[in-house]
Amino acid sequence: MKGKNTLLHQYELFVDHNKLILAIILAVIILLFPFVIGSQYLLTVSVKIGSYVILAMGLNILTGYTGLVSLGHAGFVAIGAYTTSLLTVRYNVNFFIALLAGITLAGIVGILLGMPTLRVSGTYLSIITLGFGEIIKMIAMNWNAVTNGTLGIKNIPKPSIGGFSFTVSNYGLYYLMIFFVIVVSCFCLALVRSKTGRALMAIRTDELAATMMGINVTRYKILAFSLSAIFCALGGGLYATLIGYIDPNTFNFDVSTMILSIVILGGMGTLRGMFIGAIILIALPEVSRFLMEYRFVLYGVILVVMMRFRPQGILGWRSTMPFKLSKHVQNELNDTDLIHQTHVGELAYE
Amino acid sequence: MLIQQVFNGLALGMGYALIAVGYSLVFGILRLVNFSHGAIYAFGAEMAMLTISLKFGVLPGILAAMILTGVLGIVIDKVALEPLRKKKSPQIASLITTIGISNIITNLLIVFIGSEKRNFQPIFSQTTVTIGNISISMTQIMMCIVSLLLMSVLMIIVFKTKIGLAMRACEQNPKAANMMGINVNFVISFTFFLAGISATIAGALVSGYYQIVYPNMGFMAGLKAFAAAVLGGIGSLPGALLGGLIVGVSESMAATFLGSTYRDSLAFIILIMVLIIRPHGLFGRKGITKV
Repeated sequence: MKGKNTLLHQYELFVDHNKLILAIILAVIILLFPFVIGSQYLLTVSVKIGSYVILAMGLNILTGYTGLVSLGHAGFVAIGAYTTSLLTVRYNVNFFIALLAGITLAGIVGILLGMPTLRVSGTYLSIITLGFGEIIKMIAMNWNAVTNGTLGIKNIPKPSIGGFSFTVSNYGLYYLMIFFVIVVSCFCLALVRSKTGRALMAIRTDELAATMMGINVTRYKILAFSLSAIFCALGGGLYATLIGYIDPNTFNFDVSTMILSIVILGGMGTLRGMFIGAIILIALPEVSRFLMEYRFVLYGVILVVMMRFRPQGILGWRSTMPFKLSKHVQNELNDTDLIHQTHVGELAYE
Repeated sequence: MLIQQVFNGLALGMGYALIAVGYSLVFGILRLVNFSHGAIYAFGAEMAMLTISLKFGVLPGILAAMILTGVLGIVIDKVALEPLRKKKSPQIASLITTIGISNIITNLLIVFIGSEKRNFQPIFSQTTVTIGNISISMTQIMMCIVSLLLMSVLMIIVFKTKIGLAMRACEQNPKAANMMGINVNFVISFTFFLAGISATIAGALVSGYYQIVYPNMGFMAGLKAFAAAVLGGIGSLPGALLGGLIVGVSESMAATFLGSTYRDSLAFIILIMVLIIRPHGLFGRKGITKV
């Protein structure tokens, strides 16, 4: 980085010093948002943004941190959405249990799809995922007995616990979404700072070097795949209950590119970027008819322009703050230091 | 019945082979899967339809469409891909760029022309030749002839001309080729031009066969052609031809024996099997990772 006095550095210093106050302000804004807005439409849009934030975070684990581009994540979204909706509509299973089932199924499929990463890499992998997305869509279209074919599933109920139903009008769905977004964000944050997260980033930077450092590349890639599938299924299940209707075309290739656009616009390998990316790409088309019509052109332009001029994304800066080790690592280091010192001491005695 | 399906599949496979050639040409030089190629194919078919409807005759119409689409290929390379090469961006950046371009082309076509399926007038006469109980339409025969002709022209360009020599040099080592006085960027643009031309011919032939055109047609056809290119060994021209024929025949077999609903997934199954069992395809060279 250029110097200590850049705008970015000052901003980061400011955020670091006033962490608590900023967090409280943000929390208050988010909690009071539905009461201030009061408009059903805007609330629906913000819940939709929330579900796309979760989807983007899911893809981000794979594309942002591990460096594998997936073009078939709509398939995982579909698995989550279909499993959740079918269980709730057909068998009256509680939404949350159905969601858990959808997530589990997507995780298993993610592991299965992750297996080909043993053999292929880069572009080939992207194409396999693309094929996977299309195959899932075709299954949803043709397996009439279960998925109701092209007619889709209607009247998906809203989630409820003990008689309380989470809807848009009683703000329940909004807070539920906030809850899930926070859970997923915290998980991602913990993941990135963990040994696993560092292994994933090592694979992104240089797979060969990572192998040489003793990282089991295949295992971590499959792990990334299934984690990413799990979050996308979660987002899909929530999306289905928000919209209340799904059909195979809800999960076409455009959805996959849209999730990818959010990740790239916001900044691959960042968490903050997912929020900004989702807000811009979901909210913008709602603002004007013109943008709605050219929506998919816009997504394409975003991919091309970002790659050309700012491949790291809008918020994809590298932190100027000094690197902080986690407390756990610091303790471990202190311990080894002590051992080292005593060892040296013993030597001196001899 | 079986032989009939083989013939139907061969005609279809020729179309796929022509699209697959575009993937192979670009991949050979840039080591990049050009995701926008399916969209270029759809663009070519739409342009062919527009230019033919201008009433200058079928052949000049298709020629004009070929040049338009070839120019589109050059524009894509110059505007989006060349700057990335100059910046030495990672491969993933070019890949994502081509996905974006594919999105832009397809959706602009939808906005300006409309997403509905429109009738494409048949290019060749509608007569059918009957041998025993097999009937082959004139369109199918002409598709095979035109495709084989184009294939041989492409082969001659790549293996017998000076620009073809430059293309093969760039394929082996762009840096060394540059030092030998080859304008690498020009060669790459020329490759995109060739890919655009073959995609347009494929577009006109396939749309003439099905008598239908729509902007999203490139998506599925592009994927199947990609499967064909990978099966034959991406980067190899004869491989693209053979791969296209295999994909075409197996697709028309699947449509008859498994039902038409699952015919589209067959190409993906072939693709995934090839990538897992023999990633370099039938004719491709094995890639070696250098440390």
